[in-house]
Amino acid sequence: MNCVARVTMAALAASLWLGTDGSLAASAENGKKVYMAVGCWGCHGTVGQGGVTGPKLAPDPMPYETFSAFVRTTNRAMPPYHELVLSNNDLADIYAYLQTVPKPADYKTIPLLNQ
Amino acid sequence: MARKDVGLKVDRRKFLTGVAVAGAASAVTPQAGNATTAAGTAAARLPSALPPTAHTIAAETGTPRALAQTNRPDGSDFMVDVIKSLDIDYLPSNPASSFRGLHESLINYGKNKKPEFLTVNHEEIGVAMAHGYFKVAGKPLMSLCHGTVGLQHASMAIYNAWCDRVPVIVVGGNDLDASKRPPGTPTYHSAQDVNALVRDFTKWDDTPVSLQHFAQSMVRAYKIAMTPPYAPVAIALDTGLQQEPLRNGEKLSIPRYVPTSPPQGDANAVREAARLLANAERPVIVVDRAARTPNGINLLVELAELLQAPVVDQGRRMNFPRTHHLSRALGVIRQADVIIGMELSDFWGTVNAWIDNGDHGHGVQESRIKEGTKLISITSADLLTKSNYQDFQRFQVVDVQMAADAESTLPALIEAVKAAIPASRKAAIEKRGEASRKAKAEARERNLAAMAVGWDASPISTARLTMEVWAQIKGLDWSMVGSDRQMSSWPSRIWPMTKHYHHLGTSGGLGLGYNLSAAVGAALANKAHGRFSVNLQPDGDFMYAPGALWTAAHHNIPLLTVMHNNRGYHQEVMHVQRLSNRRIRVAALGKTTGPIGTSIEAPDIDYAKMASSMGVVGIGPIKDPKELAPALKRAVDVVKSGQPALVDVWTQPR
Repeated sequence: MNCVARVTMAALAASLWLGTDGSLAASAENGKKVYMAVGCWGCHGTVGQGGVTGPKLAPDPMPYETFSAFVRTTNRAMPPYHELVLSNNDLADIYAYLQTVPKPADYKTIPLLNQ
Repeated sequence: MARKDVGLKVDRRKFLTGVAVAGAASAVTPQAGNATTAAGTAAARLPSALPPTAHTIAAETGTPRALAQTNRPDGSDFMVDVIKSLDIDYLPSNPASSFRGLHESLINYGKNKKPEFLTVNHEEIGVAMAHGYFKVAGKPLMSLCHGTVGLQHASMAIYNAWCDRVPVIVVGGNDLDASKRPPGTPTYHSAQDVNALVRDFTKWDDTPVSLQHFAQSMVRAYKIAMTPPYAPVAIALDTGLQQEPLRNGEKLSIPRYVPTSPPQGDANAVREAARLLANAERPVIVVDRAARTPNGINLLVELAELLQAPVVDQGRRMNFPRTHHLSRALGVIRQADVIIGMELSDFWGTVNAWIDNGDHGHGVQESRIKEGTKLISITSADLLTKSNYQDFQRFQVVDVQMAADAESTLPALIEAVKAAIPASRKAAIEKRGEASRKAKAEARERNLAAMAVGWDASPISTARLTMEVWAQIKGLDWSMVGSDRQMSSWPSRIWPMTKHYHHLGTSGGLGLGYNLSAAVGAALANKAHGRFSVNLQPDGDFMYAPGALWTAAHHNIPLLTVMHNNRGYHQEVMHVQRLSNRRIRVAALGKTTGPIGTSIEAPDIDYAKMASSMGVVGIGPIKDPKELAPALKRAVDVVKSGQPALVDVWTQPR
């Protein structure tokens, strides 16, 4: 199964994710669109892999409460996202998308990382 | 300036005959041909180009009405003798009328050797090539710039060289004598004091008014440029002086070039620095442009091992082997009690963090170091600070400050440290080395694990691209000739960089348009040693001066260019997003992925086709990481055969 197919399957599964408020059915599919539209990809990469401009977000994103609080209030290098710019629903969808990012292979099994 | 009145004879230079005759013809019947054509019969076919008028010819050629006939050589032949005495290898330049006298002498009288004229499509390319060449070869090149316009084109590249402490000999043609110069274009291209354009970011400049003056100025310029701190210099070359015949019996001489010894740190300051370092619990060495020469790397290793002190290489030169157990990331300074910074471009920014957030947009600053940490600085930049351009950065108070060349000061500092280390501290110092070895190994594990994330992503991750390129070049004597900062610095973190040509740093002034041209210049220097040059090329920078590829093809310069094509001015993507968030507004995207004005999309640029159009093998765009290896292998084979090649890769943003 290729990477795209794995992400799609995982996205479908994640679309059933129940938000922390017990009522929010987050959409990973929409989350991916919002992730691109509001600029998360710019510093964290399109699959949340991170780089010098921003830390890794996925796989295994931090707990939603921590994630949400950071996005809303950060005074560090990342600019905070106000609810008028990024709604709570869309933020939950982004989190759902990050949950769908598959775990990478152990680098020890990737020949190019063992040259 | 110093140009004699000339007669009307026109047979001195054969190549001028056609122009002169054409001009004369047009002068007799101005625009007659045009008028006839315009009023011709319906069957008459318009020529593809109308014949130029006398005024147009004069404007475009900048040709004086006539040249004197003489059997004596012109001044520009002597100028070539002067230039040859300085052992300058190449002359990357765009041709121009203001230095046609010297141009002709260089390729005919000088046989186009030492220096060899390299044709470039933009003065910025010429100077940036000289910049890259120096970083590999350690020898400056000369670049010719055409009057006001050429020097303005070159100015960004000169500023980069200034900020990066690289010597470039810029020689600009300029027609000084307003009563003699041709009207029209040559006058637009002349200035009273043309070097004023770049005086803020050159170390020295002059406008010679005689041939003997030129000889002294060229040797003086070379000497000043090559005395640390290195920097570009500019000579304004009068058009008339080039074409003035040597006077009968005139005795001219060429001063001998004798290198000036670099400035060394004061002996007392060196001793005090050594005392602080030898008695420190956690000393850290931070270096930026400390290794001026390959020997600088050896000296830094000796000092670091003597102290078993971690070394943070900020990477504007290849200062310290990245494979060494004492090579560490900047975070190590947090626990330092003594920090020595050598040739740092920004000491304040080294020991302080600035966070672009809060405080109404002014940012937040935080110290990265403990209170009471002793700071030592050795930098030749302290000997060359100007006022207007602010490349000197924020002011940082340090405890021991040496206005001196770090590499030249290192031997004395090493001896002083040896003498200052108490015997009782030697065991503790050895222990520091063990801790650093462990931390270094752990950092490598973290890096490799991080590289695996997004390994199969499309667009292709910069980590994947880094390792795919490495797989193709690891068995070669390789040189990374462009900056890797836009690729999360993965090569610097992972590739075993140990030699001075493994990593050449950045532009200096961080103005776009440097990377590709400097890479071509560096590849030219590597060619003499049979090295394989690889350039990781950001797309935004590429589009400033893509013609550098043509120069690589035209002059058979082997260079592998791998496009880091993230389809945007990515730093600005983040800046506009940041400001939108701060102002609680959704960033408008228009039809692109990034905020309006920051993307290079719609249409996407086909860099492979651009390369092909300039005679460079172009491959791509590659979007699937599985297609990378065969594409890179094909390109590597081309470069091994002695030609340039480009692989366009669609990449993640950083």
